[in-house]
Amino acid sequence: MYQGIIVAGFGGQGVISMGIMLAYAGMVDNKHVTFFPAYGAEMRGGTANCSVIVSTDEVDSPVVGQPDSLLVMNEPSFAKFEPTIRPGGRLFINTSLVSSKSKRKDIQVIDVPANKVAEEIGTLKIANMVMAGALIKHTGAIARDAIIKSLGIVYSRAKPEMLKMNETAIKRGGEF
Amino acid sequence: MAEKTLMKGNEALAEGAVRAGCRFFAGYPITPQNEVPEYMSWRLPQEGGFFIQAESEVAAINMIFGAASTGIRVMTSSSSPGISLKQEGISYCAGADLPIFYANVVRGGPGLGNIAPAQSDYFQSTRGGGHGDYRVFVMAPNSATEMANFPKRCYDVAFKYRVPSMILADGLLGQMMEPVEFDFEPIDPGSIPAPDWALGVATGRNKRVVKSYDLRPGRLEDWNIERQKKFEMIEAEECDWDGEGLEDCELLVSSYGSCSRISKSAVKLARDSGLAVGLLRPITLYPFPKKIFRDMARKVKNILVVEMSLGQYVEDVQLSVEGAVPIHFHGRPGGGIPTAEEIFEIVKKIMRK
Repeated sequence: MYQGIIVAGFGGQGVISMGIMLAYAGMVDNKHVTFFPAYGAEMRGGTANCSVIVSTDEVDSPVVGQPDSLLVMNEPSFAKFEPTIRPGGRLFINTSLVSSKSKRKDIQVIDVPANKVAEEIGTLKIANMVMAGALIKHTGAIARDAIIKSLGIVYSRAKPEMLKMNETAIKRGGEF
Repeated sequence: MAEKTLMKGNEALAEGAVRAGCRFFAGYPITPQNEVPEYMSWRLPQEGGFFIQAESEVAAINMIFGAASTGIRVMTSSSSPGISLKQEGISYCAGADLPIFYANVVRGGPGLGNIAPAQSDYFQSTRGGGHGDYRVFVMAPNSATEMANFPKRCYDVAFKYRVPSMILADGLLGQMMEPVEFDFEPIDPGSIPAPDWALGVATGRNKRVVKSYDLRPGRLEDWNIERQKKFEMIEAEECDWDGEGLEDCELLVSSYGSCSRISKSAVKLARDSGLAVGLLRPITLYPFPKKIFRDMARKVKNILVVEMSLGQYVEDVQLSVEGAVPIHFHGRPGGGIPTAEEIFEIVKKIMRK
């Protein structure tokens, strides 16, 4: 199993935070992982993205050129990354904010109204975890228990009720 | 073995230096290495060490000179333009035979360039960098774990020979997070005896002098010749490299640092499609592992060098193989990062010929 993942969206949508969470959870799940944030000029324009690799074998190149899974949190990220998805790969769209539709026939599209679901649970801040829930459900790259176990470690300063909401978000994301 | 922790390369580098006994850090902020001073600013005081954010790179490297002259383990770090500023002080340290350790988390150049990963400071790092006849012991990690474990090796060599030592990384290695495993137990610097040249309270012993300046006729020439013997010993004793598929390859791909990870993926793609391709990666850039390159040049039909600069690393490969085999080159400058697929295409083209 090898999953090259790109997560992209606005700064503040928890894109980097989700990337670190996925990498940490992958490590807890005994996978080989790398995480690389776009830290350059592209980040300073208000958009953020990061690459995460989760693999059963050792990870050589930490660069994700053609993602197996792309998580798109906002409209500009769709235009930038949708064409790069590897044929046979998956596109997870936050349909609460992205209205573009993919015309590609060689990928699987998973619509996730992440903002809407997050607000139903109680806070917009966990839209990223709704997306993460959908990702792990469809790819099976990381066991859900490993992510839930990692929440309290990665977000060590979060209050228990916030961790609980993150957990709910991951579960709800798995319904899409 | 110790438990793995997920760390940024820059943090792993800083923690590795602290565990290797570093107790003094002076630096000045610059992307993409800012996590190093940030980490040191809270971590060193925990160990009774000192962190200084200097007023400039020039101030920082001169603080390093001063602290190193007392015989303790010191560190500074920066990224390309900042390391250029530090070269005068590094040359002074080399001239005074001080065992310093520093890291360059390289960004795109020349000039202020950009903040993307690059390998374009290869010449500067491996040829000394500042003025005068000297070299620096240079290690090129390619993972967060090596970022964590190489500072100790740098200190070991720096103190054994009294030379400057450095880690040549880049923005990719600095910013990337990976599980980190330390291969050594933390060193208590209090348990290391002070070197017999270190400055301090001079009661009951002869005067000691740490300097790089001598106007007496012939004296500086003698100093340089003595120092050169150390570099000859380093070249004989301290080379390190890593390889894969070297036994049966027809095409040898060679890269260092982060680029070697990408080349390794390309080599795997090639081997999976039945091509006899191997990978040779120098771990020390100075001293350069010439012998293995010379040995491989007798076995392979072609060498492909891939680097994130426009023809710096390739020159050491050329010097090592001395024309024995054709060398192909692929370089990406100014913050460009090659992909494994891109390298694989070039591999296929060479193998078809």
